[in-house]
Amino acid sequence: MDKFTTLSGIAAPMPLVNIDTDMIIPKQFLKTIKRSGLGINLFDEMRYDDKGEEVEDFVLNQPAYREAQILVAGDNFGCGSSREHAPWALLDFGIRCVISTSFADIFYNNCFKNGILPIVLPEAERDLCMEDATRGANARIEVDLEAQRITLSDGTTIPFEVDPWRKHCLLNGLDDIGLSLEKAPAIDEFERKASADRPWV
Amino acid sequence: MSPKTLYDKIWDAHVVHEAEDGTCLLYIDRHLVHEVTSPQAFEGLRMAGRTVRAPGRTIAVPDHNVPTTPDRIRGGMNEESRIQVEALDRNAKDFGIHYYPVSDIRQGIVHIVGPEQGWTLPGMTVVCGDSHTATHGAFGALAHGIGTSEVEHVLATQTLIQKKSKNMKVEITGQLGPGVTAKDITLSVIGKTGTAGGTGYVIEYCGEAIRSLSMEGRMTVCNMAIEGGARAGLIAPDEKTFEYVKGREHAPKDEHWDSALAWWKTLKSDDDAHWDKVVTIRGEDIAPVVTWGTSPEDVLPITASVPAASDFTGGKVGAAQRSLDYMDLKPGTKLTDIEIDTVFIGSCTNGRIEDLRAAAAILEGKKIKVKRAMVVPGSGLVRKQAEEEGLAQIFLDAGFEWRLAGCSMCLAMNPDQLAPGERCAATSNRNFEGRQGRGGRTHLMSPQMAAAAALTGRLTDVREMMAAPA
Repeated sequence: MDKFTTLSGIAAPMPLVNIDTDMIIPKQFLKTIKRSGLGINLFDEMRYDDKGEEVEDFVLNQPAYREAQILVAGDNFGCGSSREHAPWALLDFGIRCVISTSFADIFYNNCFKNGILPIVLPEAERDLCMEDATRGANARIEVDLEAQRITLSDGTTIPFEVDPWRKHCLLNGLDDIGLSLEKAPAIDEFERKASADRPWV
Repeated sequence: MSPKTLYDKIWDAHVVHEAEDGTCLLYIDRHLVHEVTSPQAFEGLRMAGRTVRAPGRTIAVPDHNVPTTPDRIRGGMNEESRIQVEALDRNAKDFGIHYYPVSDIRQGIVHIVGPEQGWTLPGMTVVCGDSHTATHGAFGALAHGIGTSEVEHVLATQTLIQKKSKNMKVEITGQLGPGVTAKDITLSVIGKTGTAGGTGYVIEYCGEAIRSLSMEGRMTVCNMAIEGGARAGLIAPDEKTFEYVKGREHAPKDEHWDSALAWWKTLKSDDDAHWDKVVTIRGEDIAPVVTWGTSPEDVLPITASVPAASDFTGGKVGAAQRSLDYMDLKPGTKLTDIEIDTVFIGSCTNGRIEDLRAAAAILEGKKIKVKRAMVVPGSGLVRKQAEEEGLAQIFLDAGFEWRLAGCSMCLAMNPDQLAPGERCAATSNRNFEGRQGRGGRTHLMSPQMAAAAALTGRLTDVREMMAAPA
């Protein structure tokens, strides 16, 4: 997993609420057995018409946002299916950070496993980010994970909260399977005790 | 000892390690695997030279991609789907995990197969790379969906890194009226709390109306906990649970049964347990409901009319307008005036035997008025039982297609899809844009309501079709 330390990039505004994982990456693209290459189909049904042509007014098709690295979104982003193809598609497109008032639980977890930082902000602060994002390519938003701070293009700073463990893993690009395997003796011990207490499991 | 909720008790029984900040390593008793969210996880294991820590606790079945037409065994699968299913075949064999291939009569939707085979038991932790893992909560198991990286983590370590959620109680008091089902309960809860209302919580459903439900009904309720945003939904096990589990292939036997039962009986929330949030709904206030929009929170009683965007506030105004445009509905239209093209009965929400019985009872001796209607049983065993009970013939006589088991048109990864503009009465769990096929329009409802819609060709109040009690 790539480290996430600081990011300075263009933010794309997506004010729609309840953007679900079927919107982020429709099911026909889940037939892959790889993690890569999904960026072209990110938001496929919103981004392309029936003939496969780009929908001009969709935000990521607009010249100002084609290189966006941050999404600023409406409430409850990433609801629905557990498909990790959603963060894989965002990452493959180049999105490394999503800002909203709330995220669906599984999507939120999945982001951290892929070096994407999901930031939860109160509505007023999220709206400031949204307003800045609507200014297009001239407005670069800076995200500093170590300092837990967003800096808007006019210099306004917004602090954010993040779980310390997840922050540590993102900052260092850690593989948490390797870390958990270091606890193998504790897992062995748990299994010994559980098989005595609940041998039927 | 401080009082605990059911969730607290299951959680505490599975903590392997707790860090100072509360991050826990949680032991996983059952890991269910399907073909769509697992190939990258197995590939990850191979690349890192890792193995499956507990193959005996890992169960795999292909369900999302598989065609449901009779020709599927002879290779009626497209190239990409075939590659995914073959990858699961190979991974199950290479890593020595329990497997139900497409050719096995026990194959079906992973969340139907788990309980049916006795893999899902009270007090367990159950995960799967699928959000509807919440279904297994009906047994008083802590069950939730995970992403592919977490699938790999569980395969390698049999644990998950977790922080504890908050406790939410959803109480459904009293009794349900005629024609009102578990599906109406779970949709009504989401209608009340919204799709983010459960975010950060594990829900325990309780109350007389929940107790009165069969295990099948309880699975329907818990299945959609995820649609309300909750990590998991739970129902405390009781005699119905024990009766359902007893004798199933992988359920405990003999002296193990007695010790299991003794522990299972302790699995309930203490009377004075702390709840971070409580929602109470009177069973009598729940009507047969349908969804009108493109979010599972867009729920209304069948007697209502299509709302206007201006009926909402905040970000929902724009979302409601987008839904109305996508669904091609005009505010003020009576829901019962909405004509439908297709009926889909099936899915992990409503693909069990009780669902098929309920739909067949409405359809018996009648003919459908929609362009197409299909029943997709949740497993090969549900299908067999429905054939033995004569339900399959009722569906066929009414004009339904009688399919093989799989996820089918719930997510339309296989060839069972809606055409653009096609409107469907569906017993599944998501009405998102494009969910059942690009441009397809989905109205969610119970199997009874879907059957009623099939007979009239429009959304219909099933109560009008039910015989008055003698």
